[in-house]
Amino acid sequence: MTPPAVRSAGLTKRFRSGQVAVDGIELEVPRGSVYGFLGPNGSGKTTTIRMLLGLVRPTAGRAWLLEEPMPEGGGSVLPRVGVLVEGPAFHPYLTGRANLARLDAADATADPRTTRRRSDAALERVGLAAAAAKPFRQYSLGMKQRLGLAAALLRPRDLLVLDEPTNGLDPQGTREVRHLIRELADAGTTVLVSSHLLAEIDQVCSHIGIMSQGKLLVQDERLALTERGEPTLVVRTAVDHVGTATEVLTALGLGAPVVDGPEVTASLGSVAPETATAALVGAGVPVVGLEARRPSLEQLFVTLTGEGFDVAR
Amino acid sequence: MSRAEGGSRLLRSELSLVFGRRRNITLLVGLATVPLLLGIVLFVTQDSALAGQGPGFVGRVTGNGLFLVVSSLVMCLPFLLPLTIGIASGDAIAGEAQAGTLRYLLAVPVSRTRVLVVKAVAALAFAGAAVAAIALMALLSGAVLFGLDDVTLLSGSTVPLGEGVLRIAGVAVYVGLSLTGLVAVGLFFSTLTEVPVGAMAATVVVAIVSAVLDTLPQLAAIHPGLLTHHWLDFAEFLRLEVDWGVLGEGLAVQGAWVAIFASLAWSRFTTADVTS
Repeated sequence: MTPPAVRSAGLTKRFRSGQVAVDGIELEVPRGSVYGFLGPNGSGKTTTIRMLLGLVRPTAGRAWLLEEPMPEGGGSVLPRVGVLVEGPAFHPYLTGRANLARLDAADATADPRTTRRRSDAALERVGLAAAAAKPFRQYSLGMKQRLGLAAALLRPRDLLVLDEPTNGLDPQGTREVRHLIRELADAGTTVLVSSHLLAEIDQVCSHIGIMSQGKLLVQDERLALTERGEPTLVVRTAVDHVGTATEVLTALGLGAPVVDGPEVTASLGSVAPETATAALVGAGVPVVGLEARRPSLEQLFVTLTGEGFDVAR
Repeated sequence: MSRAEGGSRLLRSELSLVFGRRRNITLLVGLATVPLLLGIVLFVTQDSALAGQGPGFVGRVTGNGLFLVVSSLVMCLPFLLPLTIGIASGDAIAGEAQAGTLRYLLAVPVSRTRVLVVKAVAALAFAGAAVAAIALMALLSGAVLFGLDDVTLLSGSTVPLGEGVLRIAGVAVYVGLSLTGLVAVGLFFSTLTEVPVGAMAATVVVAIVSAVLDTLPQLAAIHPGLLTHHWLDFAEFLRLEVDWGVLGEGLAVQGAWVAIFASLAWSRFTTADVTS
């Protein structure tokens, strides 16, 4: 098995204020995966990413990027890593293209002869070619975010660390970012992508890690995670038939039915959805809609923490 | 390509950033107007009863435009030049931290030592440009308004124009080198904060406090080590026999300030968490 692209052991950050922002996390991002690093605002995702990149010193623990220890190995490994950390940041009075040239000039391993070609290609890729000659301060929030992505794509990378890449983007922009991530992953790049919106990027992820209050609650393949929770059955019928529907479902052995208007929701347990459907129809319940649902990541989060997702510290 | 070439590429980028920034260009233009204004004021009033009066070398300007260089530098030294240095060096690291571009620079990656060296060189270059802007504009306005002539030294003896220009150039170079200590102080402050204005103000305050302390006879014991104490020693260049020992002492004091504050800046910056 190939070693993970990102790994941490007991990674901890206690700030001078005494606040423990990251509490002994054991991150493992497999090569070639799209790892969704999820958690509410303030759960420690960005501090973790800053430690991975050598910007912040861990209080305890270690971290490796592409097998190089950080921060010592940063000089050799970071050219292979494209990053977007806590929002894009550029010189406001330089154009988008000049900002990319500035970053490329800082990279001692980059070839200055290809700077222009590479930056134009990166701008093209994020849909910013038309605004390349505009000063950064005239960019909208979405354009700034795109320029941040372009900077991460300035060179071919083995690993992309994208902190909240969809922040400030409209739904169309968010879809484009998801598409871009999928494309990069298909080309073999490992992507570590964080978000405080669980549903926003979870579709493109092959792996998920969920942070809460500085701790990594779970980390697994996405499919394995969603199969952890109890599946539920949602039956939509006419309002005057919800009583009958509830009785039928209870008789079948479905647990804890909840009625909400014309909908009845119950936990499916080991009952097959088609069995329930047949029983409902047999009892004369007009079934308008029926769905077997896996719990969402958000529900999983609530189950794991016992609190709402919006509750940051 | 080698690391060294990469380093010079970053330095070029940094220099174009510093010298391309409108605020900095405005500063240089502003400094260059000082000799112009001073020259015009002296030109307009030269027939009045005030002629030959005024601080420092101002009285000599109407007789020889070359002295406009010295007078302008004397006028700018107490506040305008420290302000310029404060802005250039205080902004160096703190400005990138505030904009958030520091984290991206470090993630490129650029080693923190290299960031600091490049920032220091750019700040020094800007300090040099500030002194050059004053000196060259003063030379130009002095020549146009009053003409250039053989230079009468402080002792009363006269040296030919060619040697005079060299001596005045020596003055400008000494003034430039006298500012290196303050650049290092500003760079250190710049590593402490994400608020560039704070670092800039603190740097200017250091220069002013140093000048104030320098006026207290009770503190005579510490005067020779003060950052600003030797700033006016450039007058050595206007003596018949230049005492290089005096100039050397002034530069040695600057060297000590540079060594101390560059080390502090380095130890702070290479260990600090970049959370901006």
